[in-house]
Amino acid sequence: MADSNDSKTCVSMECSREEALQRLPEEARQIRIEILKMLHQSSSGHTGGSLSATDLLTTLFFTELRHRAEDPGWEGRDRFVLSKGHAAPLYYAVLCRFGYIHADELCSLRKVNCMLQGHPDSKSTPGVEISTGSLGQGLSIANGMALGLRLNENNARTYVLMGDGEVQEGMIWEAAMTAAHYKIDNLCAMLDRNGLQIDGTVEEVMNIEPLADKWKAFGWHVINIDGHRFEQILDAFKTAKEVKGKPTIIIAKTIKGKGVSIFENKVKYHGIAPNDQELEQALKELGHKKL
Amino acid sequence: MTEKKSVRGQYGETLALLGEKYKDIVVLDADLSGSTKTKVFAKKFPDRFFNMGVSEQDMIGTAAGLAAAGKIPFASTFAIFATGRAWEPIRQSIAYSKLNVKIVASHGGITVGEDGGSHQSIEDIALMRVLPNMTVIVPADATEMHKVLETVVAHKGPVYVRSSRIEFPVLYDDAYTFTIGKGDVLREGTDATIVACGFMVSQALAAGDLLAQRGIRPRIINMSTIKPVDAALLVEAARETGGIVTVEEHSIIGGLGSAVAEVVSEECHVPVKRIGVQDRFGISGKPNELLECFGLTPGDIERAVLEVLDKKE
Repeated sequence: MADSNDSKTCVSMECSREEALQRLPEEARQIRIEILKMLHQSSSGHTGGSLSATDLLTTLFFTELRHRAEDPGWEGRDRFVLSKGHAAPLYYAVLCRFGYIHADELCSLRKVNCMLQGHPDSKSTPGVEISTGSLGQGLSIANGMALGLRLNENNARTYVLMGDGEVQEGMIWEAAMTAAHYKIDNLCAMLDRNGLQIDGTVEEVMNIEPLADKWKAFGWHVINIDGHRFEQILDAFKTAKEVKGKPTIIIAKTIKGKGVSIFENKVKYHGIAPNDQELEQALKELGHKKL
Repeated sequence: MTEKKSVRGQYGETLALLGEKYKDIVVLDADLSGSTKTKVFAKKFPDRFFNMGVSEQDMIGTAAGLAAAGKIPFASTFAIFATGRAWEPIRQSIAYSKLNVKIVASHGGITVGEDGGSHQSIEDIALMRVLPNMTVIVPADATEMHKVLETVVAHKGPVYVRSSRIEFPVLYDDAYTFTIGKGDVLREGTDATIVACGFMVSQALAAGDLLAQRGIRPRIINMSTIKPVDAALLVEAARETGGIVTVEEHSIIGGLGSAVAEVVSEECHVPVKRIGVQDRFGISGKPNELLECFGLTPGDIERAVLEVLDKKE
């Protein structure tokens, strides 16, 4: 690959903090629109948890992650694992924005023999590092990737996005021990703390608090942020890179269904796609003209 | 007296040897490195060994991540914990993503002995065999274990290899060639066929000696690759010998016997008798006592062959 292309494809760090803060809200808005259109087309999929993590993932891909869409297997790329695999529409919208997936593919979500499986499948979709969907496994995978990179003396970093209901899985806490034990500091975990899961509020279904104290007790550096404030997200990523000798987790307080009033904080929209009327209203709220 | 050698011991030795040639090999264990023998590798390559503690699921997930980063992870613990406790992470994070992870588990079968039913894995072959993309291998002796490891390290994709606690008689010398998906005819014969894997290959050979005294010559096949099973060899044996006995130290449900019956019932109709652990859990006892208790002795195999001969058309 010619060096002249690198500046375009090596996305991260290409713009200043000020430029990023100007650009990110619009990028996130566009991605939310794509998510909703995609879900509406398939009449199936997870609305709430895709929208809650949109600002986090948009910021990650636009400002933080070193990656090359035209060379998804580039050795120097930072790794990203979507442990909460049901937020696949968000992942696909972001990958599409960078050209990993052609825009025409988005309407094939969840359809027979399509590139975009209901949950991320690394064999089907360029840019998807590893297949996920069964909750609780992504942190172990991310640990393994980070350890592998460290052994290879590759300075790439590993990022993983978990859901808050997901940390009810015991395997997460096995992995939490491992990351601290092996001082995996080339790892940054993100926790989408939207407070809802499919059966109700996280607090009602199975309380996970005190969440920050748990991660601290497991030996992690914990950063609490508002997951919809871009300056806080940017700062958290910056700090995470500076923390040495221990893993970092960003606990991002978010709103499930963020950006569309009829979906916000509604348990029902965990796993339901918008119908015609809901899409119309959603797009209106997001300032998008009709389909 | 026949020379005996530990198959899991061979795993430790060979792994440490392969570690020199393959710099990408990394090894994970779940607090049983002394028993699985990965400790040999750990001592030689401490930076490439990860003791994950008593957490099999995390071990498997971490192995998946290491494979995704280009490493060749070998993950080891007892067979029941590796395949049972961590089955779903193996399914989701290794088999579904088709990642290059080798799961090499010791303590398969009832010859685990005194630890009892909780630790005797009689389901692992079934659990691994059902997974798409998974290769399943049960070596018959230490030499074959060595050859299997040399082969699977260069094979891209998920592999499950089962070994045992007890020592096995040495059946092969260094001239033996192992190929994934190929069974090995150890003894020619046309009266019936005995298909076995792991330690039960030795028991099958002993049964062959007993049958020879009766003038009966069974063909004896070491079917070390259970998936993909050597269908051509099985169909040929079924057609030429007219009856099959399968022998395994595993439940008769879902293991070698099932794999053989699936092929034979679709291709040619000959009687198939499955010797293995009947639909029950293991118990404590000495390995030899348990082999008798569970009907896995050469005499039991001999009787099964006679039964099959009766049923032959």
